[in-house]
Amino acid sequence: MALQETQILEAYRTMRTIREFEERVTAEFEKGGIPGFVHVYDGQEAVATGACMHLTKDDYVGSTHRGHGHCIAKGCDIKGMMAEIMGRATGLCRGKGGSMHIADIDQGMLGANAIVGGAPPLAIGAALSAKTLGTKNLSLSFTGDGGSNQGTVFESMNLAVVLQLPTIFMYENNGYGEHTGAAYAVGCGDIAGRAEAFGMPALRVDGLDFFAVYEAMQEAVDRARSGGGPTAIEASAVRFNGHFIGDPQLYRGEGELDRLRRDSDCLKIFSKRVIGDKLLKKSQLNAIDREVAVLIDSAVEEGFAAPFPAESELLTDVYSNY
Amino acid sequence: MPIKTIRQAINDTLRSEMRRDSTVVIIGEDVAGGAGSDGIDDAAGGVFGVTKGLVGEFGRERVIDTPISEAGFIGMAAGAACTGLRPVVELMFFDFIGVCFDQIYNQMAKFRYMFGGKTDTPIVVRAMVGAGLRAAAQHSNMLHPLVASIPGLKVVMPSNAYDAKGLLLTAIRDNDPVIFLEHKTLYDTSCEVPDEEYLIPFGQAAFTREGSDITIVSMSSMVLRCNEVADKLAAEGIYADVIDLRTVSPIDEGAVLESVEVSGRLVIVDEANERCSMASEISSIVAEKAFHSLRAPIAKVAAPHSPVPFSPSLEDIYVPTAARIEDAVRATLEA
Repeated sequence: MALQETQILEAYRTMRTIREFEERVTAEFEKGGIPGFVHVYDGQEAVATGACMHLTKDDYVGSTHRGHGHCIAKGCDIKGMMAEIMGRATGLCRGKGGSMHIADIDQGMLGANAIVGGAPPLAIGAALSAKTLGTKNLSLSFTGDGGSNQGTVFESMNLAVVLQLPTIFMYENNGYGEHTGAAYAVGCGDIAGRAEAFGMPALRVDGLDFFAVYEAMQEAVDRARSGGGPTAIEASAVRFNGHFIGDPQLYRGEGELDRLRRDSDCLKIFSKRVIGDKLLKKSQLNAIDREVAVLIDSAVEEGFAAPFPAESELLTDVYSNY
Repeated sequence: MPIKTIRQAINDTLRSEMRRDSTVVIIGEDVAGGAGSDGIDDAAGGVFGVTKGLVGEFGRERVIDTPISEAGFIGMAAGAACTGLRPVVELMFFDFIGVCFDQIYNQMAKFRYMFGGKTDTPIVVRAMVGAGLRAAAQHSNMLHPLVASIPGLKVVMPSNAYDAKGLLLTAIRDNDPVIFLEHKTLYDTSCEVPDEEYLIPFGQAAFTREGSDITIVSMSSMVLRCNEVADKLAAEGIYADVIDLRTVSPIDEGAVLESVEVSGRLVIVDEANERCSMASEISSIVAEKAFHSLRAPIAKVAAPHSPVPFSPSLEDIYVPTAARIEDAVRATLEA
C-alpha cells in the first residue's frame, strides 16, 4: 500500500523530532543539566519510525537502553519524556524511571529497558495477552546487535515460534554493542539467519531507508495480525554517538564518524528521496523543522522549570497496595 | 467440612479462579504435559500433580506448556501481566530462579515503581521449596529470604491446606507480583478446607499454638515441627506461642512484637541457610524494637551455611529437626 502524503509528512516529523530531541538531550547533558546515564538514538531514526508507523496505540513495544527514539515513534509525550530524563515530577514516570526506563503503558510502550536483551521476553508476553484475549493486537521488540546475543532473546524466539505469537523481533544492527564490534560479538555474523533457524521468516533491510523498513514491517505486521506467528527483521543501522553520552569512542576507525554522518544519515537520505521523487516539497520539510525546534525548546524549558519529586514519593508505588 | 491436602487445595483454588476470571492463565513446564507426544494430554499436571486436570477443563490456551526455558517464559508472563492477563506461572523448583532471576528481580518487581505507578503487574510465581526428598543441592533450597529482600515482591509460604487456599486467592487477585512458595514435603498434609471463598490478607500471621512462656516464630514446613515441640512442652505445663508468619513479605511485625513483649523469650525457626535468613531478620526486628522485653538471648534454629547435601545422613541434620528446636527452646527458657 503506497504511503499517503500525510503519512510521509508524519514520518518526517517523527524522525526529525527524534533527531532534535537527542541532539538537545546531548547538549543539555554536556552542560550538566541532566543526571545519570544517557544513551541516545540519533542515526537510527528510520528504524523506529518505519516500524512504529504500522502500530496502533493498543499494540505494544518493548525497547532498549537506547529507547528515546522508540518511545517518540510509539507516541509518548515529548515534554513528559524530557522531564523524565531530567528527573522531574512531571516526567512520564514521575521522575522515578529516567532515560533507561521511560514507559507509558497507556501508549503501548512497555518501557525502555536497561537490561540488554530485556525487551523480547516482555514483548512476547504482550503478544501472549493479545492471542489469549483474542484481540488483533501485536507486539514489537527492539534489540540491538549486542542484545541479540542474550539467552533471553533466543528463548523468546523459540517461545514465539512454539506458541505462534503475534510478535515481531526487530534487530537494529548499528555495528556496536557498547564498545565492541558486532563483527566480533555476533559469532555467525548473521542475526537474521540465526532468527530464521529458530523457525520464523526473517527479513534483512537497510535501516537507513525509512521506506525499506516500512515495507518489511508491513509484511511482518500482516503475518502477525492474521495469526501467522512471529517475524524477525534485521535492520542495518548506524550509531552517530558513543554507547553513552561522553563515550570517547576510541573503538572507531579514523574518520568513521564523519563518514557516517556525511554518507549514512537517514534523515538526509529521506529528504533527498522525497524531494527527488516529488513526494514532498522542501518547504514542507522546513516547516516541520521549525515546529519541531519550537516543541523541543519548550520541552527543555518546561522540564527545567518543573519541580523534582517530593520526598514523599520515595516510598510510593513500590506496591499497588500495602 | 471437607478435608483436603495442600495439593488438592491449590488445584481447587486454581480451578475456581480460572472459572471466575477468564484472564487467569497457567504457564509453565509440564503444567499439563504431553504436548508434542503420542501419549495422553495432561500427562503430568506439574511434577507433583498440582495442576493435574486443569487442561481438560480450560484447554491448552489457558494451561500453557512451555519449553524448558525459564528466563523466556517467566519474562513472558511478566509482560503478559502488564497487558491484560493474570498469569499464574510455575517455576517448578525454586532453585531454578538462578536462570531467570532478572525477570523477577529487575523486571516484574520494578515495573510499577520505575513506571511511576502507571502499571499493575498481577502475576503469581508458584515454586517448590525445601529439603527432605533427597533431591540434593539444586532441587532443595528455600531461598525465600532472597526474594523477601526485594522491594516490589510479596512472598507467601503456607504451612497448611487452609492457608494455602486463602493465600492463593489473595495472591491471584493481588495486583503486584507474588512469589508463592510450596514446600514439597507438605503436599500430602491435610486439614479442613471450607468450600466457601475466603481470602487471607498478606502480612497477617497465624498463632498455631498459644502460650505466654515463650515465642516461637516460623513459616512453611517448619511450623509443623514447632507445633510438635510446643505440644510436647505443653504436656509439661510450658506454653508457647507458635507464630506462623504465612507471608515473609510483608512481615507481621506486630504479632511477633506483641508476643515477645509478653513472653520475653524468642526462638526463630527457619529452614533457610542462617546467614541473611528470615531468622536473622526477625531477630533484628525484635532486637531493635522489643529489646527491653527480652529476658533471654534470641535463639535461631536454621540450616547451616552449606548447600543442601544429598546423603540422607547429612540432609537429615541439615534441616532443623524437632529435637534441635526443642533444645533451643529449653535453653532459651533456662537462660
